[in-house]
Amino acid sequence: MPGSAITAVDARPPGAMPRSLFQRLVSGDRIAYLLTFLCAASVVLVTIALVWELYANSGPSRRQFGLKFLVSSDWDPVAGQFGAAPFIYGTLVTTALAMLIGVPLGVGAAIFLAELAPPGISSGLTFLIELLAAVPSVIIGLLGIFVVIPILRDTVPYLRGALGWMPLFQGPFYGVSLLAAGIVLSIMILPFIISISREVILAVPADQREAALALGATRWEMTWDVVVPYAKKGIVGSIFLALARSLGETMAVTMVVGNTPQIAASLFAPGYSIAAVIANEFAEATGALYQSALVELGLVLFGLTMAINAAARLLVLSTSGKGSA
Amino acid sequence: MNRVALAILAVACLTGGVESASAQQVSMNGAGATFPYPIYSKWFDEYHKKFPAIQINYQSLGSGAGIQQVTAGTVDFGASDGPMNDEQIKAFEAARHTRILHFPTVLGADVPAYNLPGITAALNFTPEALAGIFLGKITQWNDPAIASANPGVKLPKADIVVVHRSDGSGTTYCWTDYLSKVSPEWEKRAGRGTSIKWPVGLGGKGNEGVSGQIKQTPNSLGYVELIFAIQNKMTYGKMRNAAGQFVAATLDSVSAAAASVKDMPDDFRVSITNPPGSAAYPIATFTWLLIPEKIGDDAKRKAIKTFLEWMLTDGQKLAPALDYAPLPAPVVAKEIKAIQKIQ
Repeated sequence: MPGSAITAVDARPPGAMPRSLFQRLVSGDRIAYLLTFLCAASVVLVTIALVWELYANSGPSRRQFGLKFLVSSDWDPVAGQFGAAPFIYGTLVTTALAMLIGVPLGVGAAIFLAELAPPGISSGLTFLIELLAAVPSVIIGLLGIFVVIPILRDTVPYLRGALGWMPLFQGPFYGVSLLAAGIVLSIMILPFIISISREVILAVPADQREAALALGATRWEMTWDVVVPYAKKGIVGSIFLALARSLGETMAVTMVVGNTPQIAASLFAPGYSIAAVIANEFAEATGALYQSALVELGLVLFGLTMAINAAARLLVLSTSGKGSA
Repeated sequence: MNRVALAILAVACLTGGVESASAQQVSMNGAGATFPYPIYSKWFDEYHKKFPAIQINYQSLGSGAGIQQVTAGTVDFGASDGPMNDEQIKAFEAARHTRILHFPTVLGADVPAYNLPGITAALNFTPEALAGIFLGKITQWNDPAIASANPGVKLPKADIVVVHRSDGSGTTYCWTDYLSKVSPEWEKRAGRGTSIKWPVGLGGKGNEGVSGQIKQTPNSLGYVELIFAIQNKMTYGKMRNAAGQFVAATLDSVSAAAASVKDMPDDFRVSITNPPGSAAYPIATFTWLLIPEKIGDDAKRKAIKTFLEWMLTDGQKLAPALDYAPLPAPVVAKEIKAIQKIQ
């Protein structure tokens, strides 16, 4: 944008009178360009500095364990053995569960609020949902302990009865579990998905809707076949934001996940996540190797977030390509 | 340019003047263990009232952070629930070119807290039963190892849900140090540390996380700090000590644990778990102030020495009101002698 503005000004013949004005305009554009460039660059710099710090400070652990760090499930601070596998597993499973619950629920709610609900109800509900985004994660964690887990305690026997033939729903249930963490995370990501998706659905131009209705579509056909595909990019963006939030969430997860570094097939079993173990153990981690192993976990989480985001973007690109063709 | 130089000179004179005028005013900074924070802030506050010129600030960042900061020299003294190990002492001496002194201040203890529906009595635990439970070898409440120590109590045939701390903590160090002393198998498989690899169990963050999980989970058993258990009215068991007596954790039995330690080392770096005394509660620990042997600043050195003397005499009397077990007299006497080492 700044580039085009400059060429537009440059195209003017430089006269004696408007020269000062012209110069001021050019320098104004340049200043704006420089300022906004610095803003953008500082974000990139912070990210690069972050990765560099994580990389540099995880040195002892990287040298000691190499790639074995990613696959080993031994986390023994006393013996100086560190492996990230159970934490990676817990992070992925809880996030997958949260997305599985949160995405359909969130997108469905956004469609209802934007398209179908009476305006009064819609604005009231939207206000409440945006309030949910402002609730601190430690409060959501308490909600998990005092509401979600007691409900799960009552429902898990039925789940086990109906779905117990799958390893996912077997074994003893203590309350704190991967399942509880996934549900709590899904509550935390809902407001992100709902409020952003609702905004983009509302921003779909009215002529799109009118055209669909004019072609004889019902209200639902118009919503599902025209409005939602039009808003798809924004909805997907809200899901990415939710994904990032879910991968990095610390406090609420550690309160309900059970903090047990193990890889268990069952969702009823306790687990652990990368962010939770860093928060739990960093303050009292003594010794260079132990600390660097925790820093390396941070690096792994960063890499994991990057990889998942990239994969999801590729997936979206490939499907949307097919859609338009 | 001249004017700037003049201004700098004026400011320098001014601050210099202020400094020399308030030479008596001493401000010291410490950081470390969270467990003794309530009593430390009470002490520093009372001491400041007594000697308004001395201001001591304390940040409860955790024992590990206390050791790191005193080693880095960012604070005047550190505080820790566990003594510094040889590696940490070497690092301190390399960084600060002096030695570090350990001064025990008060005592803490860990208790086995549980949630057994219908049982409110204090259960008796033997060291073997406790180690067996935490190793995952004793899995049910009515196991003979538990039942035999509790005649007359009808223990349920239910799985024991073990709960432990998930955050690194001095409470965990004390608990695992005790288990390592009473069970060779525990020492070999898990060992002692502020964070360890637990053979079984769920992790809760902080004393409140563990107690929350115990309260919510029927048939669970975990460990919490004694003060936390008292203040939250939790049900906790008695431990069989080295003399064969079942002892409940109280301020007296915890102080007795420190009193019954034979051959207190000169540097006070000692674990007092599983002590020999018959009245001693066996899962107890000192908490220490970590003070450099050489303090260059005259005023600070004088302030910390007088504070230690006051803490060991008048200060100890403030401890029981906050549920901390005070130091026994022989330890106090030995520490007062050790204050002279600070130069």
